[in-house]
Amino acid sequence: MEILMAFVIGILFMSATYLMLSKSLLRIIVGTGLLSHGAHLLILTMGGLKRGSAPLLGEHAKNYTDPLPQALILTAIVISFGVTAFFLVLAYRAYQELGTDNVEEMKGTEPND
Amino acid sequence: MKKTNNIILETALKALLFFIVLYSVYIFTAGHYYPGGGFIGGLMTSGAIVLLLITYDIKTVQRILPINYRIITAIGLLFAIGTSAGSLFFNVPFLTHAFTHVELPVLGDLSLHTATLFDLGVYFVVVGVTMTIIQTIGEDE
Amino acid sequence: MSFLHLAILSPLIYSLFMIFFKKFHRIHTGWFILPLPILLFIYFLSFLPVTSNQKMVTETFNWIPSLGINFTAKADGLSLLFALLITGIGALVVFYSIYYLDRMKEKLPSFYVYLLLFMGAMLGVVLSDNLIVMYAFWELTSFSSFLLIGYWYGREQSRYGAQKSMLITVFGGLAMLGGIILLYIMTRTFSISEIAAESHSIWGNSLFIPALLCILLGAFTKSAQFPFYIWLPDAMEAPTPVSAYLHSATMVKAGIYLVARFTPVFGDSGVWFWLVSGIGLITLTWGSIFAAKQTDLKGILAFSTVSQLGLIMSLLGVGSAALHYADLDENIYIVAVSAAIFHLINHATFKGSLFMAVGIIDHETGTRDIRKLGGLMTFMPITFTVSIIGAFSMAGIPPFNGFLSKEMFFTGMVRVTEMDLFHLETWGILFPVIAWVASVFTFVYSMILIFKTFTGNVQLEKLDRQPHEAPLGMLIPPVILVSLVVIFGLFPNLLSDSLISPAMAEILPGLLGAGEEFTVHISSWHGFTIEVFMTLGVVILGIILYRTFPKWKTLYSKIPERMSLFRLYDQLVEGAQSGSYKLTKSFMTGSIHSYLVYIFAFFIFILTATLIGKGALKVDTGNVSAIGIYEWILALFVAAGAISILFVKSRMTSIILLGAVGYTVSLFYVLFRAPDLALTQLVIETISVALFLVCFYHLPKLRKYETRIRFKLTNALISIGVGAVVTVMALSAHSNKLFDSISKYYVENTYEKAAGKNMVNVILVDFRGFDTLFEITVLAIASLGIYGMIKLRGNRRKEG
Repeated sequence: MEILMAFVIGILFMSATYLMLSKSLLRIIVGTGLLSHGAHLLILTMGGLKRGSAPLLGEHAKNYTDPLPQALILTAIVISFGVTAFFLVLAYRAYQELGTDNVEEMKGTEPND
Repeated sequence: MKKTNNIILETALKALLFFIVLYSVYIFTAGHYYPGGGFIGGLMTSGAIVLLLITYDIKTVQRILPINYRIITAIGLLFAIGTSAGSLFFNVPFLTHAFTHVELPVLGDLSLHTATLFDLGVYFVVVGVTMTIIQTIGEDE
Repeated sequence: MSFLHLAILSPLIYSLFMIFFKKFHRIHTGWFILPLPILLFIYFLSFLPVTSNQKMVTETFNWIPSLGINFTAKADGLSLLFALLITGIGALVVFYSIYYLDRMKEKLPSFYVYLLLFMGAMLGVVLSDNLIVMYAFWELTSFSSFLLIGYWYGREQSRYGAQKSMLITVFGGLAMLGGIILLYIMTRTFSISEIAAESHSIWGNSLFIPALLCILLGAFTKSAQFPFYIWLPDAMEAPTPVSAYLHSATMVKAGIYLVARFTPVFGDSGVWFWLVSGIGLITLTWGSIFAAKQTDLKGILAFSTVSQLGLIMSLLGVGSAALHYADLDENIYIVAVSAAIFHLINHATFKGSLFMAVGIIDHETGTRDIRKLGGLMTFMPITFTVSIIGAFSMAGIPPFNGFLSKEMFFTGMVRVTEMDLFHLETWGILFPVIAWVASVFTFVYSMILIFKTFTGNVQLEKLDRQPHEAPLGMLIPPVILVSLVVIFGLFPNLLSDSLISPAMAEILPGLLGAGEEFTVHISSWHGFTIEVFMTLGVVILGIILYRTFPKWKTLYSKIPERMSLFRLYDQLVEGAQSGSYKLTKSFMTGSIHSYLVYIFAFFIFILTATLIGKGALKVDTGNVSAIGIYEWILALFVAAGAISILFVKSRMTSIILLGAVGYTVSLFYVLFRAPDLALTQLVIETISVALFLVCFYHLPKLRKYETRIRFKLTNALISIGVGAVVTVMALSAHSNKLFDSISKYYVENTYEKAAGKNMVNVILVDFRGFDTLFEITVLAIASLGIYGMIKLRGNRRKEG
């Protein structure tokens, strides 16, 4: 399972990188969304998968899956939501003010004011 | 958002909203023992409000819930920092939590945690932040 | 948290109440602030009986016990002396500022917040026993000094001076942090008293000298020693109460405090002796020579402060040699240390009063230029009296306190010639000679300060307004200070048992046995000793030099401008600015695409290099969990979704695909036994869809920009590289388990220590609560950012 996940994560990272390297703002935002999915799965996979029951003491199991990656990812999911929202608003405000969503055209020149 | 006329959603929501909010509160309080906690509870509560926003329009929702969500965020942060800093007065490091068990006459054994107060802060911040974001974007013409 | 801690933090806490004080427009904000330093002064006075019996009060408050960082407040003789100075002079300065700063014109709330910030920080520096805590407060004094110098930020000179002081003192502060860490490496403790207790064990250590140099760098920059003194004259752009408080009485003495505090640790070494006393003497002479050249009254005082700080510094350096002579009764060298402490107090009194007097002159005549001033004696008799007492005390003329400490200073320097260590047999004679020369110049500039301002012809036509005496309130603080100058001059032994001897016990603890204490007796007449003739010589030569000043002052212009340290500093700063600008320009093209290419290329490079370099390239298929049919389906679904986003043309489809990938990932969490994650991801995905929906209205259509094939090819190459590297990294992380997971601790202690059963939640709110705390803060900032971007743009619209 871990090996399969490694490839899934690789594909997620690859698509995310390609999207982020494009010129359209919306594609960049979608790219960051994908990237965070990839990163979350990566953290989870590195901690080992399905090594026991869910990390709840109520389960009374012998082994539990590693709770630490899960806590980290939980934080990361919420943060990435905040960041995505921020990006989205930044993108559409930039679009409104500058009239373009092409990042190459937005390129600032010398101390521009 | 424009006023929509979605009779199925409106009717269903009237029944559902109560359950969603109730469930989100349950999931928040259960967080220390079962899956849940401030993040999920807060997100679910804001999910309910978002559902309300989708069904009706922003002005209606604001009339029903006249809340300034930025203040909710601030209250949440105060809760979280206040709980953490409170430990300083007991000469223990920042963010040391305490817990105790109380025997209540009807409900039985109840455990009290300062961690729950911290989590309550998280809950408020999540609701405040999500709703601030959605609402400000929605209001932008 | 004890009362002592509260006392240290009280100025910081008190400043929060500024919101309420602001409401009273008709009352000067200073009146609200004044009670605090007075109360603190009385509070610290109550420690006097404790410290004068060689005892101390120590209160510990656990902060980060696991790193040995605790907020330990310690009030001993040395700390108490400084605490009394800080609060005492602080109270007078606040009182003075009420009359100095206009209620209507100035931004008083910010001024007093900065001042309180400084007061709290300074108390923290002198009362903390833990070096890291002290360092934090130390930097805080630099920051508050920056804010206060730049208080009139509209003036370019203020901004320049603020930046300069900040750069130099923070540079020294960082060096000091390095020294602290070196000390920690040697002793495994951050507590000053513990380091001092085992100081003999680190004397041979190879890190001893680097630590010593780093600590001294911190002290010298803060106390404006040569060659770092250049920030102090420019700091005079601050309002005069600030100059009196920070830049003469307290903050610049933090370096002195540091040297005194570390004398038990480093004092035995010859490097310490030569550096502290040598730099001190150079600073003393240099400062006094250049003070005579200044034409700005505050400039004279600034250079004079530099010079006097050098004097105290050199005394501490000389005093450290006393540690080599064990016998207490016949140890004639400790007089240098008692002179240092005595002069420290005296300097605060006479220099404080002089600064306030100069402030009055500036306030009432509109200028501080001695070329425009003159004959003010008749207009301002009280200010004149204050100034003449202060200046005579500074020049070392009896019967004022400055005379006594100047005599003791000469005694200390003369006795250096009798020492037989550190090659002093040959070089020792230089000490009294240099000290004497510097004292002559001190006499000269003190006379210039007084007589150029108050005697001679009045030049009313050069003044902006008719000079007159200052209001009573403005005169009270300097009058209090000069009365202290006189009182300490006549009855110096008021101080000797209560303040000087306990402070000495902290600087030279090794010389005292149990129950012993230093006996300090200061008297103004010892018979016709060498010191008396030195003073006489100073006065006679000083008067001659002052009389002939117009003839020899042209010598100053012979010193080439290019050589000046001030020029050197300016060139350094300019060079750093233009250099970094060029460096930045060379790769910051302004294109997000290029930055991302840099980042990803570096990412690929560094990961590949690490993986190969560490020999981590292996795949271990032994320890893998089974793959079920659902997992195959989900994996294929995620992969297909991720790849197809690359090819879709409509924005709606790409958002739906992103959502689909998100929901699938949440199903993965279900399969991987992560119920909390699954729930969170599901709800987040739902809310995100709503978010995209509301943004939809504003977002542009998804356009594919015409691009060259090469552009696409590079992107594709980089993306495939990133994907491949991450895959390899995931495989290698799985295959190389270097140590057990640290989460064992969390699993075992979830119920015992936190009384919870959901480990993920317990980690979030308890074990790793800091992460969560900062995370929700970031979230709040993000939401405020969004709110700001959308709501706060009215102005621009109107203009455009």
